[in-house]
Amino acid sequence: MDALELARWQFGITTVYHFILVPLTIGLTPLVAIMQTVWYRTGNETWLRLTKFFGKLLLINFALGVATGIVQEFQFGMNWSEYSRFVGDVFGAPLAMEALAAFFIESTFLGLWIFGWERLPKKVHLATIWLVAFGVNLSAYFILAANSWMQHPVGTTYNAQTGRAEMTDIGAVLSNPTLLSAFPHTIATSFLVAGTFVAGIAGWWMVRVVRAKNETLARTLYRPAVLFGVVVMLVAGIGVALSGDSQAKLMFRQQPMKMAAAEALCVSADGASFSILAIGDLENDCAGVRHVISVPGLTSFLADGSFSSHIDGVNDIQQRYAQRYGEGVGYSPNLAVTYWSFRLMIGLGLGSAALALLALWLTRKGRVTGNRWFARLALLAIPTPFLAASFGWVFTEMGRQPWVVAPNPTGIDEIRLLTVRGVSTAVGAGEVLTSMIAFTLLYAALGVVWYRLIVRYAREGAPELTETPPTDDDESEPLSFAY
Amino acid sequence: MELTTVWFLLIAVLWAGYLVLEGFDFGVGMLVPIIGRDETERRVVINTIGPVWDGNEVWLLTAGGATFAAFPEWYATLFSGFYLPLLLILLALIVRAVAFEYRGKINSPVWRARWDVGIGFGSWLPSILWGVAFANIMRGVAINADAQYTGGFWALLNPYALLGGLTTLLLFLTHGAVFLALKTDGTVRARAGALAAKLSIATLVVAGGFTVWTQLAYSVTWTWAAVAVAALALVGVVVTTAHRREGWAFVLSALAILAAVVLIFGSLYPDVMPSTTDPAYSLTVTNASSTHYTLTVMTWVAAVLTPVVVAYQAWTYWVFRKRISTAQIPAHTGLTFERSSERA
Repeated sequence: MDALELARWQFGITTVYHFILVPLTIGLTPLVAIMQTVWYRTGNETWLRLTKFFGKLLLINFALGVATGIVQEFQFGMNWSEYSRFVGDVFGAPLAMEALAAFFIESTFLGLWIFGWERLPKKVHLATIWLVAFGVNLSAYFILAANSWMQHPVGTTYNAQTGRAEMTDIGAVLSNPTLLSAFPHTIATSFLVAGTFVAGIAGWWMVRVVRAKNETLARTLYRPAVLFGVVVMLVAGIGVALSGDSQAKLMFRQQPMKMAAAEALCVSADGASFSILAIGDLENDCAGVRHVISVPGLTSFLADGSFSSHIDGVNDIQQRYAQRYGEGVGYSPNLAVTYWSFRLMIGLGLGSAALALLALWLTRKGRVTGNRWFARLALLAIPTPFLAASFGWVFTEMGRQPWVVAPNPTGIDEIRLLTVRGVSTAVGAGEVLTSMIAFTLLYAALGVVWYRLIVRYAREGAPELTETPPTDDDESEPLSFAY
Repeated sequence: MELTTVWFLLIAVLWAGYLVLEGFDFGVGMLVPIIGRDETERRVVINTIGPVWDGNEVWLLTAGGATFAAFPEWYATLFSGFYLPLLLILLALIVRAVAFEYRGKINSPVWRARWDVGIGFGSWLPSILWGVAFANIMRGVAINADAQYTGGFWALLNPYALLGGLTTLLLFLTHGAVFLALKTDGTVRARAGALAAKLSIATLVVAGGFTVWTQLAYSVTWTWAAVAVAALALVGVVVTTAHRREGWAFVLSALAILAAVVLIFGSLYPDVMPSTTDPAYSLTVTNASSTHYTLTVMTWVAAVLTPVVVAYQAWTYWVFRKRISTAQIPAHTGLTFERSSERA
């Protein structure tokens, strides 16, 4: 493998890994903040116990997310220096804003939340977790602004003298239509991840305590958590579907090649079918694609709401791009990856919705359940939205290829960059391989620790409240000793 | 003032914030097994930086992001050129961050001992490598006409850069020991104070030598002022630590680091990465910078947000201003590996 392929693999590995942790942090922080708020407002200790329980799980996850996030900030310069030179004038701004506006808030106030339990007045302490929740969501906004610009560059002009992209309108970059649909989709997904996490763990516990003949505990402690998680899942699930739909419609216009590849739609069609199952050959190109099961007209409907509208296929778009951006380049992404990641994203997303409905049914009218199958299903459901989110990113990033900065069909043609042109020229394949192996091994080891800690703390259940309740007394402990 | 110069100064400010703040928490990380003789003492040591180390580290992320936004060529050349040292720093920072957070999660001496190794590795390595990196930047590295670093990894390990690494290492060790003496009580405080007094002398000698070398070989006349301030501040650290004036010692060791940052950036300007291949290939504040428009936008963002960040971070230090002693450390809250009993 050459440095380009290795750098792409490294970006893929480190980013997918990072984004296993991030959606849980984005979604769970506000949920823990809500739990603490309910306790603060009602004094109901159930919610304090749940705050501490899910708060601990949040912190285990937060730590690894922060640690692996550092790599993301440096990797552009290390492996993608030529990309950085081309886009830095535009792309660096949201990254710097993310650090200055969001990272400082989340890290500083998380420290205050962790160590401030007995130190800060209750109200101030509650405010710190809300600020962390605000920070992580704000961070998502800025990094998606950067990513959306790569999908659909706006607010930028081309300087022929330097051969670089130059920002002309920060407002346009921060209100990119791609961003305005990607942000709600990502945030809703994160809440789906976190809601499933809460409902899954609390559901498993509910069954467990019912089977241990402690129905009171199941009813007072875990049932409310299940319902809370389920409500979040349902609202978030609807949000994911609606935002995903609007994102897809936008993508048909902004990146038609990505959507054509997602449907393995090789030949342009009026009233294009939605493919449920297609198989390709080993060449993985249009010539070998065979559609086995399809729903007529559905792709056209998804693209613009009409079952008969015209959708361009990969072959036509390839020809058009060759004329516009130069011959000799294959402008379609990897068909199999794009097609299957798109379907897995949707399929797995629907999977967690099924659990939500089942949980609602089993807990209807004040019921609790001791059904063993439900406990298993609750645990099995937890990873599904994580996987859906990962496949979503694999789809949108792999679907952007061969571009690192995809051209804007209605923008300036010079604002585009092939991935092959973005990789660092000063870095050899050996160096990239070294760092890829190092990161992969370290991430794997830390992933095992992370998983075991999450499982261990989840199996411990919501802690009893043995310690003295936090006081507003300024002369108490210097801090809440967390380490 | 030109906006490019404003941003050069702002990036210097971000590095100053990073090195002063993470400087002491690197020092504390390195001193965990040295000052903390038993588990309770080690927990005293680690908890002094518990609430703040992560916020301190964001100064680095912001410096990185700001360099990308304001000087993309500098960011691209530096990060791709110093590839392996940066890789080591990243690995160290990842391990360190996780080690702090996971150390107390399982109540087992073996578990804690392993993470303590992580805290040590994650604190020693960057403390040396940041000095090596900055020394090489000041000294100049092989950069060709295409703004690409061509020197390779081993060229970065020259004597001057290694002395730079030793300088930051000692500066951070002293800074950390001084911070520990200021933030703890009892035996930990006494031990940290005594160690700071010894370390400060070694730091004065090594840092003095490094700054004078820098000044003579790579700098401009006016930065003699920074050298003088650094030297006086370090003498001050020697005197104040000898008399256990902990507050003053901390102020002075922070001042020494600040003066070092002034020396680094003062000797660079108007270059950001001088080329040893040909001075014409050097990256400068003008040829490496973003456009006027981008710099204007970022100036507004920085002008509004930086004071807010400084204010709430300062408040954090105020909230956790009290000294910590072994008497206050509660029992471990971590779980055991295996569940002792099935609750519920």
